[in-house]
Amino acid sequence: MIYRETGDFKTSYADDQQIFPIAQDRFAFLALMAVAFLVVPFLIDDYWEKSILLPFLVYALAAIGLNILTGYCGQVSLGTGGFMAVGAYSAYKLMTAFPSLDMSLVVITSGLITAMVGMLFGLPSLRIKGFYLAVATLAAQFFLVWLFNKIPWFYNYSATGQITAPERFAFGVPVTGPATDPWATYLFCLAFVVLFGLIAKNLLRGRIGRSWMAIRDMDIAAEIIGVDPLKAKLSAFGVSSFYIGMAGALYFAVLFGAVEVGEAFGINASFEVMFMIIIGGLGSMMGSFLGAGFVVLLPILLKTVLVDGFDLGTAFAKYIEITAFGALIITFLIAEPHGLARLWAIVKERLRIWPFPH
Amino acid sequence: MMASLSRLRLASPEGVGLLLLAAYAAYGLFWLGSIDERDRLFFYEVTLSGLLAGVMYSLVALGFVLIFKSSGIFNFSQGVMALFAGLFLTGFMNDFGVPAFLAIPLTVAVMVAVAFAVERFVLRHLVNQEPIILFMATIGLAFVLEGVGDILWGSDVKPLDVGLPRGASDFLLDGYGLYVEKLEIAAAAVAAVLVVALSLFSQYTRIGRALRAVADDHQAALSVGISLRTIWVIVWSIAGAVALVAGIMWGSKSGVQFSLALIALKALPVLILGGFTSIPGAILGGLIIGVGEKWAEIYLGEVMNALFGLNASWFTAIENWFAYVLALAFLLVRPQGLFGEKIIERV
Repeated sequence: MIYRETGDFKTSYADDQQIFPIAQDRFAFLALMAVAFLVVPFLIDDYWEKSILLPFLVYALAAIGLNILTGYCGQVSLGTGGFMAVGAYSAYKLMTAFPSLDMSLVVITSGLITAMVGMLFGLPSLRIKGFYLAVATLAAQFFLVWLFNKIPWFYNYSATGQITAPERFAFGVPVTGPATDPWATYLFCLAFVVLFGLIAKNLLRGRIGRSWMAIRDMDIAAEIIGVDPLKAKLSAFGVSSFYIGMAGALYFAVLFGAVEVGEAFGINASFEVMFMIIIGGLGSMMGSFLGAGFVVLLPILLKTVLVDGFDLGTAFAKYIEITAFGALIITFLIAEPHGLARLWAIVKERLRIWPFPH
Repeated sequence: MMASLSRLRLASPEGVGLLLLAAYAAYGLFWLGSIDERDRLFFYEVTLSGLLAGVMYSLVALGFVLIFKSSGIFNFSQGVMALFAGLFLTGFMNDFGVPAFLAIPLTVAVMVAVAFAVERFVLRHLVNQEPIILFMATIGLAFVLEGVGDILWGSDVKPLDVGLPRGASDFLLDGYGLYVEKLEIAAAAVAAVLVVALSLFSQYTRIGRALRAVADDHQAALSVGISLRTIWVIVWSIAGAVALVAGIMWGSKSGVQFSLALIALKALPVLILGGFTSIPGAILGGLIIGVGEKWAEIYLGEVMNALFGLNASWFTAIENWFAYVLALAFLLVRPQGLFGEKIIERV
């Protein structure tokens, strides 16, 4: 009754083409942003920062990246972990080589470096497709992790082989290193997610996004109507890797501060991000966020219920957690193969005609 | 073979690939002639152990191919199925003292039960979904199998001994001075038997023909009265049995432990090299990957050092990615794999 487009007259092209065509959506989005930027920073504590909000934001960024490649351009990639590692190690090298460089520039530059690497590993996509490509991207995954493990230059010849983020500043406020305020790191990540989320949304609505979707829907037909597959596929790999690289840089520098490449960016990281976009919804910005939230929160929830609720041993609880996670994924795929974003769309559809059935 | 060779154009990627391969082989033979006797023997040993390791990869890849052929599902859980089967087998043998000849059929029964469960609770509900959704479902399945296996049997390393021969083969060691594990020879023999049995099964039995019909065309198979559900249960059972064989071989080699599940990742390059739908491809792909990997492990460091002056010690532990890069290079030349069906694209 309230939530609908009736009465919201569009009098200009700009009005007609805005991201949220329904007025209530716009208000809800602005309200959410206001809460996220103005209220949460005052309430946030260490636990919420490190366990929930930061992982959610970082993974949301990675999920947007993978969704661009897999959901919008149809190129299945299992190399996400490797590309996140490129972002993380670029950030590390930049932070140590240019100590005075602002962190926001470090993160963006890391993204750009990852974009280059991503385009390089995207080259095979011009010749191979589908699962063959998925397996080929695993080559990137394993090669990159091996590279960062083996070549000492990447971890500055440190004895442990780990990389540790030194204290660095963004706009004069420390966002990495041992002494950071939760609100600062949170706002830093949030700003990246919101800014680049909007950029991604607009890319996807424009010419380049449509060329990706054309390639996804049927590449030969797209080629015939004049979409250049070389440009479309490589730009998708580039943009996607840019986002994933930034996520990797934030993951390393801001969220954890120190990582061991095989552990943090192994094949499991690739699958985790893949789960996010499948559960959230392929080819949907909203889905990237919902999926990231789901995958970040589910283990916390399961752990709380199993260890604290039923008082199980941690090892046994871990087994049950693995089982439950797998079972939930299967259940989810059966119940709604198009993900949480589809459920969200259905709810909105219902709401528009409520209280009438049709 | 001759006909397809005569159609081959040298200007095509395949022609270039073939020429490169011939040049490489010629150089290899030349190199082999130039080194001394002991190095040559070492080279043979490396090659042989590569071939035998490749057989082990093929065993896992076989399970993938069986399922992919008949249902178009890229079954990521194949490696975990090998672990699962291995866990049950050691569980029956070590915890309950069941002798091997009884424990193996019991484990096969467990795998058949798994096949029923998978069909009933997963596949049935996902008919006609996109391949990536099914792929993700099998990753979920991998988590479930891993978790259930751990809950039932714990996650520590368990020794497995089903009476396979162990140690070096005396015959080859004394006669030719080659050190080869008996276990790997046994694995090769088992793999050969398995491939022959599977070929005979799919060629001459009623069910085997039904499987091939389903692989060819789902709808046509349905319309002549072949039940897809039954076929899926059968295929997953067979894949389960193949997983058990792989589990036994790998378990005898290094104990039943979680790393077994990761050999599935090794089987993937084998698959793309051989083509997803070809059983001979899985075997040949396994051999190529096995040998290539062993050669690279031993010689790549030296070669890189000689050619580019890179530190040879960097090129250790490359077995994680080398197989993928090899398969990738191969795919660039032949996108459908060795024996894959020719990809014909239409609008």
